Amino acid sequence: MEEMVGEEPETRDSVEAEVLIVLCSRAENVSNFVEADSIFGPDTRLVYKHYATLYFVFVFDSSENELAMLDLIQVFVETLDKCFKNVCELDMVFNFSKMHIILDEIIFGGQVLETSSTEVMKAVEEISKCSLSLSLSLSIYIYIFTLGYLIDSVSICHNAGWRRLQMQSCFQNPFLDGKVDSR
Amino acid sequence: MAEAKAICLGIPLAHERHWKNIIVESDFLNLFLALNSPGGSFPLEVLILMKDLKASLNGFDKVTFSFAPRSSNGLAHWLATCSFSQSWIGLGVVSPSLQDVRRRSLCDVAGDVLFCPSLIERACTLVGDLLLSAILDRARGVSPSLQDLRTIGRELAMGSQGGWGQSKDFLDLVKSIGESRSKAEEDRIILHEIELLKRRITEPDIPKRKMKEFIIRLVYVEMLGHDASFGYIHAVKMTHDDSLLLKRTGYLAVTLFLNEDHDLIILIVNTIQKDLKSDNYLVVCAALTAVCKLINEETIPAVLPQVVELLGHQKEAVRKKAIMALHRFNQRAPSSVSHLISHFKKKLCDNDPGVMGATLCPLFDLITVDVNSYKDLVVSFVNILKQVAEHRLPKSYDYHQMPAPFIQIRFLKILALLGSGDKQASENMYTVLGDIFKKCDSSSNIGNAVLYECICCVSSIYPSPKLLEAAAEVTSRFLKSESHNLKYMGIDALRRLIKINPDIAEEHQLAVIDCLEDPDDTLKRKTFELLYKMTKSSNVEVIADRMIDYMISINDNHYKTEIASRCVELAEQFAPKNSNTLQTMNKVFEHAGDLVNIKVAHNLMRLIAEGFGEDDEGADSQLRSSAVESYLHIIGEPKLPSVFLQIICWVLGEYGTMDGKFSASYISGKLCDVAEAHSNDDTIKAYAVTAIMKIYAFEIAAGKKVDLLPECQSLIDELSASHSTDLQQRAYELQAVLGLDACAIVGIIPSDASCEDIESLEKGDRPYIPENERSGMLNINNFRSQYQHEASTHALRFEAYELPQPSVASRIPSVPVPLTSSTELMPVSEPIYPKEIHQVESLPSVSDTRLVELKLQLEGVQKKWGRPTYSSPAPSTSSSTTQKTVNGVKQHEGLGTISSQTHDISYDSRRLQIEVSPEKQKLAASLFGGSSSKSDKKPSSTSHKTARVSNPSVEKHQMVTEAVASVELAAEKTASLQPPPDLLDFGEPSVGSGTPSLDPFKQLEGLLGPTPVSSTVNYGSVGASKPPDLMALYAETPMSGLSSNVTNLTPTSMDTINLIPGLSNAVTPPTQLKKGPSPQDSLEKDALARQMGVTPSGKNPNLFKDLLG
Repeated sequence: MEEMVGEEPETRDSVEAEVLIVLCSRAENVSNFVEADSIFGPDTRLVYKHYATLYFVFVFDSSENELAMLDLIQVFVETLDKCFKNVCELDMVFNFSKMHIILDEIIFGGQVLETSSTEVMKAVEEISKCSLSLSLSLSIYIYIFTLGYLIDSVSICHNAGWRRLQMQSCFQNPFLDGKVDSR
Repeated sequence: MAEAKAICLGIPLAHERHWKNIIVESDFLNLFLALNSPGGSFPLEVLILMKDLKASLNGFDKVTFSFAPRSSNGLAHWLATCSFSQSWIGLGVVSPSLQDVRRRSLCDVAGDVLFCPSLIERACTLVGDLLLSAILDRARGVSPSLQDLRTIGRELAMGSQGGWGQSKDFLDLVKSIGESRSKAEEDRIILHEIELLKRRITEPDIPKRKMKEFIIRLVYVEMLGHDASFGYIHAVKMTHDDSLLLKRTGYLAVTLFLNEDHDLIILIVNTIQKDLKSDNYLVVCAALTAVCKLINEETIPAVLPQVVELLGHQKEAVRKKAIMALHRFNQRAPSSVSHLISHFKKKLCDNDPGVMGATLCPLFDLITVDVNSYKDLVVSFVNILKQVAEHRLPKSYDYHQMPAPFIQIRFLKILALLGSGDKQASENMYTVLGDIFKKCDSSSNIGNAVLYECICCVSSIYPSPKLLEAAAEVTSRFLKSESHNLKYMGIDALRRLIKINPDIAEEHQLAVIDCLEDPDDTLKRKTFELLYKMTKSSNVEVIADRMIDYMISINDNHYKTEIASRCVELAEQFAPKNSNTLQTMNKVFEHAGDLVNIKVAHNLMRLIAEGFGEDDEGADSQLRSSAVESYLHIIGEPKLPSVFLQIICWVLGEYGTMDGKFSASYISGKLCDVAEAHSNDDTIKAYAVTAIMKIYAFEIAAGKKVDLLPECQSLIDELSASHSTDLQQRAYELQAVLGLDACAIVGIIPSDASCEDIESLEKGDRPYIPENERSGMLNINNFRSQYQHEASTHALRFEAYELPQPSVASRIPSVPVPLTSSTELMPVSEPIYPKEIHQVESLPSVSDTRLVELKLQLEGVQKKWGRPTYSSPAPSTSSSTTQKTVNGVKQHEGLGTISSQTHDISYDSRRLQIEVSPEKQKLAASLFGGSSSKSDKKPSSTSHKTARVSNPSVEKHQMVTEAVASVELAAEKTASLQPPPDLLDFGEPSVGSGTPSLDPFKQLEGLLGPTPVSSTVNYGSVGASKPPDLMALYAETPMSGLSSNVTNLTPTSMDTINLIPGLSNAVTPPTQLKKGPSPQDSLEKDALARQMGVTPSGKNPNLFKDLLG
C-alpha cells in the first residue's frame, strides 16, 4: 500500500486526474475494484468507496486483499466518524492534520497496523489530550461545499457526461460533493 | 444584481413581521463588501439599489450582513420543506417565520438570498441551536429526532462542535477555493495566498499557534498542486518544538512536503534521534511515523540502533511501530536489517497480538525473497493461526465478529508462500485451513476476504483434494453471488484453481460468461485474464474473437496494448488453422497496430515466412498465398496503422508473386499506391520500394521480361531525390537490380530465404535443437534448394539486409540490418524450442500412442477433438495429466455408466448449438468445450456411424496405455529429479523405489491426510467422479513397498491420482530449469548474430560494387 505523498505536485495532479477519470467512468452497482496498473505501475489495484459525500480511494499492490481493503476503508470511516461525530468533507478539509493522525494509526509504513476503531480512537484521544490548547472558537459556521475545485479538475478530463450528471445531482442534492481523497 | 434586488424585496417582509434583529446572508460577496465599507466601483444600478437598501434598513435594531456560500441554497430549500413536513417545529415561535422563509426561499432560487430563521431569532438561543443542529445533521445526511436535537443543541451551545480551530483567514481561504468556479480562479486565490504566507511567515516573533496555522495553510497550498517550498524550512523548525501537537504538525508537514531524497531530511534526522529517546511515548510514536516516511537508505544507520532498542519498549504501540519502521528499512535497504531477522522471529512471540500481527509484515517480505530459510516457522505460524481462528485473542481484535481477520489474511499469505511445492509443510496446514473454511462467516465482507485468501493459499500449496473441494465450493458461491465484488473474487479464485484442476471451470461456464458480458470493466478484464489462462486450441478462436471485440471497444491504450499482445500470443501459440491465425493477427494489427510491440510484427513476418515449424511446405505456401490474398484485400483500406502496412509490404514483396495468382505489375502497382498514400512516412515507403525490388527481382530470376510500371518509375525518381539517404539508397538499389541479368539476381535475392540466415544461425548455435526439428529444417532447405537455385551464404546475408528495420533504417542506411533483424526475431524462437524439447524429452513413451490417436481422430468426428489435450498451454507433463482425466471421463461414458449432470448439460448445449440454442450456451460450449464436455459427443451421439462404436474400446485401451505411460513417466520424473523433497516423498509410496529407512505407513498417513476417516469418505466421493478402472490401473502399477491391507491401499491410490496434477505442477520447476540456460544461450547467440551482422556490413558495399561491375 502506498500513500500518495512526497510526489512532485505535477505528477500528483496528473495521477489524481487519472484516478478521477477512472472513477468517473465507473457505473453504479459495479465492483469497487479497479486495476490501476496504467496509473500506478504494474500490479497495482485500487479500491474505492463513497459514503454520501466522501470518496475514499485506496491504492495497493498484490500483497493485500481487495475485500480486506474495502473493509479497511470501512474502518477508516468508522474512526473518522467517531472522531468527528458524523464526518463530512468539511471535517476533513479543516482538520486534515487530525485525519492524518488517524491514518497514521491505521496505516503505518504502508501496512495495515490497527483495525479496531476503538483502539485508534484511544490513541488519537491520547495525542490530543496532551494539547488542550486546541482553540475553541465559538463561531458557528455552516459550510457545505458544492462542486468544488475537484470537479474543476474533472472538467479537464473531458468527461462532459459525468460532469453534467454531477451538476444535476448537485442541484437536487446540494450536499453532494465530489471530494476525492487519494491515498 | 439579482441578489441586491432580492434583498430589497426581502427586507420589507421582515418589516411586516416586526423582526428587529436580522441577519442577511448571501453569496454575493461584493455587495456585502460594498455595504459594509462604502466605496468601490459598482454599476450605477447597484449603487442605487444599495442606497434603497440602506434606507430600508433603518427600522431595525440590528442588521448584519454576512456571506454565505452559494451552496447554502439547498439549506434554505430544505428548511422550507421541513417547516411544513415536520411537526417538530411546532414550537410556535418559529413556525410563522419558517413559513415565511419558505415563501421567500422559493423565490430565492433566482436571487440566492437566504434568510436563515435561526440567525434571525438568535435571541431564542435554544431553538436556534436546535435548528442549527438539525441543519448540521441534515447536511450530514441524518434526520434527527427531537431528543437528539436537544442534546446536539446543548453540545452546540457548549461549543464543542462548532468551529474548526482555525483562524478566519484559513476559513476564508478554504471557502473561497470551494467557491471558485474555474481552475484559473483557484490558481489566482492560491497565488495570492502564497504571497501572503511568504510575507507573514518570515515576520519575527510569530506566536506558535499562528505558525502552526501557517504551516497548515502551506500544506493546503501544496495539496492544491502549488509549490510551497519557501516554507519547508519552517516546517522543519516546527519539528523541534516541545509541544506534541506542534511537533506532530511539523512532522506531518515535513512528511507531506519532502520526499526521501530531499536535502532537508538531514536536518530532521537529529530531531528524530532525540525524539526516539523521549520519555513521552507519544513523541516516540510521532518520531517513528516520521522515520517510516522520511528515512532513506543513507540515513538508516543513524536511527537504526534506537529503533531496535525500541523493540523492547514497554508500550505495545511503540513496539508495533518500531517493527513497522524496521520493515520499512527492509524495503528500502534489505542489507541494513539483515542481521535483525532473529529479532523478527522473537517478536512473533510477543505478548501483544498486535505486535505479533505487525511482525508478519516484515516476515512476509523476507519470506517472499527467500522461502527456504523460514520453513522452520511453519509449525509456529500454523499454531498461531489456529489460535487466532479459534477466537483465542482478546475481544478487541474482533472485527465484525471475525477474530483478527487482517492478521489471518496475513498468515494465509505467508503460509501460501511457505507451502508452495512443499508437501511436508503443506500437510501441517491442512487442518487449520479446513477449520477456517468451516468457520468463516460468508455473509460478511471480511469473512469473504479471509475465505478468498484461503482459496489462494490452497491453490498455491501442495494440493489436498479435500481442501480443493472446499475451495471450489466457496468459489462457486462467490460466482453465484449478486455482488460484483464477490464475482470478481470468484473469477480470480477460479483462475487460481484451474491451474490445479482445469475441470473446475466447467461447472461455472455460464457464470463466467455472465461476467464476460457484465458492464463492469474490472470484472470483464479479470474474466479475460481467466479465459487467457484456460485457452486451448479448441476454444482459442472464440476467445481471440472476444478479446478483439473487446479491444476494439475500449479506449484505454494501456490495456489495449496488453490485450492485443495477448491475442497475438494466443494466436501464435495455438495457431489452430493458419488462415485463422492470420485473420486474428490482421484484426489485431488493424485496430491496435500502433500500440503493439514492433517485435510482434516481426514475429508475424517470421511466421508467414517459416510457417509453423511443421514439415509441411504445402501448408506453409498455402498460408502465404492466403496472407497475400488477404493483404491485397486489406491494402486499399484507409487509415491502416504503419506497422501493419510494413508487414503487408514485406509479405507482398516476398510472396506476392509466388503462387502466380497475381501478376507482378498488379502487386507493384498496389505497392506504389501505398507508398504514394503515405508520402510522409519514410518507413512505409522504404518497405514498399524494397518490396517492389523483390518482386521485380523474382520476375527477372524467373526469366520473365519486366516492364516497369510508369508509377513505379515515378516513385523511383521521387525517391532518388528524397531527403532521406535511406530511401535514396533503396531507389538506386532497385534501379541497379533492374539492370542485372537473371543469374546475378538469383545470387542477390533468392526467393523465400528471408529467415535462412537465422536458421543457419540457430543450427550452429543451438546444439540442443531436437532431432526431428533439425531434420525438418534440413528438409525444408533441401526442398528449397531443389526448386530454387542454391543460395550462397553471402547471398543469404544479403537477403536479410533487404529486410528493412524502421528503427535503424530510416536514419543510417548502411547499418547492418541483419543485426537488428536477427536480434529482433530471436526471442520468438525461444518459446517454441523449449516447448518442443519438452515434448520430445518428456513424452517419449507416449508419442507413439499419440500418433495412433491422431489418426483415429481424423477419421472421427471433428478436428477439434484431439488437439486440446495435447496443445494445452501447460508444459507437456501436465498435458498428459489432462489427457488422462479426459480419457477417464470418456471411458466413463463409453462403458455406459451414469454420466454426471454437468456432462449432460454440456452435451445438450452442444447439440442445441446446431438448432435453436441460447447464445450463451453456445458460447459456453465453445469456450469450455475444450475440456471434458467434448468427450460426450463421441460416444453418446447416435447419429454417427456404427464404426464409431469401436472407438471407445480402442480409446479405452489407448487410455490405459496412456495412463500407464504417464504414471511411469511421473515415476521416472520423480526418480530422475532428485532435488525437491516433496517429489521424492511422493515417489516412495507409489512406486516403492525410495529409501528403505522410511516407514511406508508413515508415508501412507501423510498421503491419507490428517484423518484416515475422512479420507475414506473422500475416497467415496472421489471414486464417484473418477472412473473405476483407473483405480484398478493404479493398483497394477508397481507398489512393492505397500503390500499392507487393501483398504488402506485404495485410498492411497486415489489420493495419488488426485495428487498427480500437483506432481505435474511440482515437476514444472525442474523442467523450467532446463529452460533456464536459454536466456544465456540467447545472449551468446545475440553476440554471434552481432558478429555475423557486422561482417556483411563491411563487405556489402564492396560486393555491390563487384556485382555492378
